[in-house]
This record gives sequence, structure tokens and C-alpha cells, in this order.
Amino acid sequence: MSLPPSLPIDAPEVLEREFLEIRAKLLQLAASFDRFDRGAGNVDSDPRRDLIRRGLDILQSDATDKAEQIQLLFSREYDDNWQQTLDMPAK
Amino acid sequence: MYYFDPHIHMVSRTTDDYETLAKMGCVAVSEPAFWAGFDRGTVDGFRDYFNQLTGFEPKRAGWYGIQHYTWLCINAKEAENVELSREVIAMIPEFLDRPGVLGIGEIGLNKNTRNEAIVFLEHLDLAMKTNEQILIHTPHLEDKYMGTRMILDMLTDDSRIDRSRVLVDHVEEHTAKMVLDEGFWAGMTLYPVSKCTPERAVDIIEMCGPERLLVNSAGDWGPSKPTAVPDLILAMRLRGHSESLIRKVVYENPLEFFSQSRNFHFNPPGSTADPVVI
Repeated sequence: MSLPPSLPIDAPEVLEREFLEIRAKLLQLAASFDRFDRGAGNVDSDPRRDLIRRGLDILQSDATDKAEQIQLLFSREYDDNWQQTLDMPAK
Repeated sequence: MYYFDPHIHMVSRTTDDYETLAKMGCVAVSEPAFWAGFDRGTVDGFRDYFNQLTGFEPKRAGWYGIQHYTWLCINAKEAENVELSREVIAMIPEFLDRPGVLGIGEIGLNKNTRNEAIVFLEHLDLAMKTNEQILIHTPHLEDKYMGTRMILDMLTDDSRIDRSRVLVDHVEEHTAKMVLDEGFWAGMTLYPVSKCTPERAVDIIEMCGPERLLVNSAGDWGPSKPTAVPDLILAMRLRGHSESLIRKVVYENPLEFFSQSRNFHFNPPGSTADPVVI
């Protein structure tokens, strides 16, 4: 079986191509966070705020599979015993 | 470049979209049965829908030279109604030998409930009894990981299933490898917000390799882009990938997968035969 195709461009090229888009997405995040502050009420205790914080931690980590880690962060955990939990009928 | 869209819901798109797809190189579409945005109330509602999928849609696609194929099921969102689901599953065989019917789909899970899992298993049983290919929907967002693992548990627990004839769709970074490692085909859906972007799909192709990988738009009645596969073609070119690799993902792989269905009859572009039109 052949190896998967590697990324054809190098890291400096990725940065060159994607810097402005990353900047725009950071601005979008910043604006959303500012709206949390400007809006009445407080969302600090909302569990989704904790997910966001943990997501930001993943982005700043050394992990080389950040996208997969973010996906798993925002996923329900797998229940090994789901068939019993759901009381599935016997085959 | 000629391409297939292996998962698109053309019943919810205007005829203008067929024209646009044809202009962008789409030669064939594969349309699974899906949730219309409301819960159908009767088995006759599904019968009318299946008549539309197997009759009018191929004709409409043919107006623009696009070959249309379809899959039949009661989808996961409506599977909570087990009684109706069983009526629909019993009715599906009326349509399985119609031209262009590729198999059972898109079955799957939505909120990963007991009723959804039961109806999924009963669809699998039908598919095994009638020797159909299977196209599977994995849940959205936070339910995708758990739902995909549940689906793989149910598939791998059934020794009758030929994994090379099963497509597990809507995979993303945390589910693609597990699907491919189990020997199934994996589909990446280029759909705003709740699924993948073209650039992330290219990343997955680079990380997993192109074997048994498909890409689709899942264009439907919600915010979606039926021209998403050409977006991927461009993203791969801009990334520097070869035309042969791109063609493998968007043309050769779908052709290889669908060729396993007895009702798949495809006229390649440039062939002298007319496309199959009902």
C-alpha cells in the first residue's frame, strides 16, 4: 500500500497563505468574546465556556493533531456499554 | 475535471443547480433518501418519495446530461417511529430493482437513541437479505464520535456484511481513521458549520491516503453548497496535489464503489451511448 500523500507545501508557505485567514478568525473569536462582556448577564459558569477555554488550550499546545483533539473535546464520550445502557434487544 | 457527487439531495434543489453542476463537470450524482425537514406521517408518503427519487429525479438530471442514482430507507431522524419505520422497510423491496437504485441509505443514527439503533439494525438485515450496498449517515457535531463508534459496533458485529460495499459518510478528523481502519469506505461532507471544509478534507486525504475515501456536498434544503466538490478540486490543486490524485478521489473512487451495485449502469463522458434516463 502506498504512503499517504504528504503536504506538498512547507510550513512557511502554509503561514504565507493562511495568515490573513487566521487573523480574521482570531478577530471573529475576539469579537465574540467581547460580546460576552458587553452583553447583560454572565456566561463564565456555562460549561460551554469551559469547553472554549480548553479548546484554546489545545490550540496553544504542542499537539500535532489539534483538529482531532478539538473534535474530541466537543464530542460526547463513547459509552462502551451502550448496548446495555439502551437495553438493546438480543440478536 | 469530471466528478461524481456521491451524496446530494437533489429533490431539495432547483433545476438550475443541475445546470450549474453539469457546467462544473459533474457527470453523476448519488442521492440517498433523507429527512425532508418534517416527519412524514405514512408509508404512502415514503412510497411517493421513492417514486420521485427513482422516476422524476433521474429524468430531471438527464436534462443536463447528469446520471442520477439513488438509495432508499427511512432516515435516522424519522426512525424514532419504529412502527412506521417497519412499514417503510417492508415496502422498500418494491423499488430495489428499479434502474439506478444502488442500495439502502442513508441509514444511520441521529441522537444515538435505542429506536434509531433498532431501525438501523433492521435496515442492515434487509440489505443483507437483498444483497444491497449500504450508505450510512453519522450524526452531527457532539453526537458524531459516539454515534460513529456505535455504528461501527453494529456493522462489525454482523459477519454477513462485506465492508468494501459499505460507505460511512460525514467522517471528520476524529472518525475518518476508525472507519477506514475497519475496512469500510469513508465519505467526507463539505457542508457549512456542522461538517468539513474543503481544506480540512484535503488534510484528511493527506493524513489517511486516498484509498476508499469519497467527498460530497450533501447539498440539501438547508444552507449548503452543491458545488462543494469542485471547491475540493480547487483546494487540492492549490495545495499542489496531482491531477491523478484529485481524479482518484472525485471520479475513480466513486466509480469503483458504486460499480458494486447491480443497478449501477454508467456511461462515461464521451461514450457514444446515451445516459440512462427513465
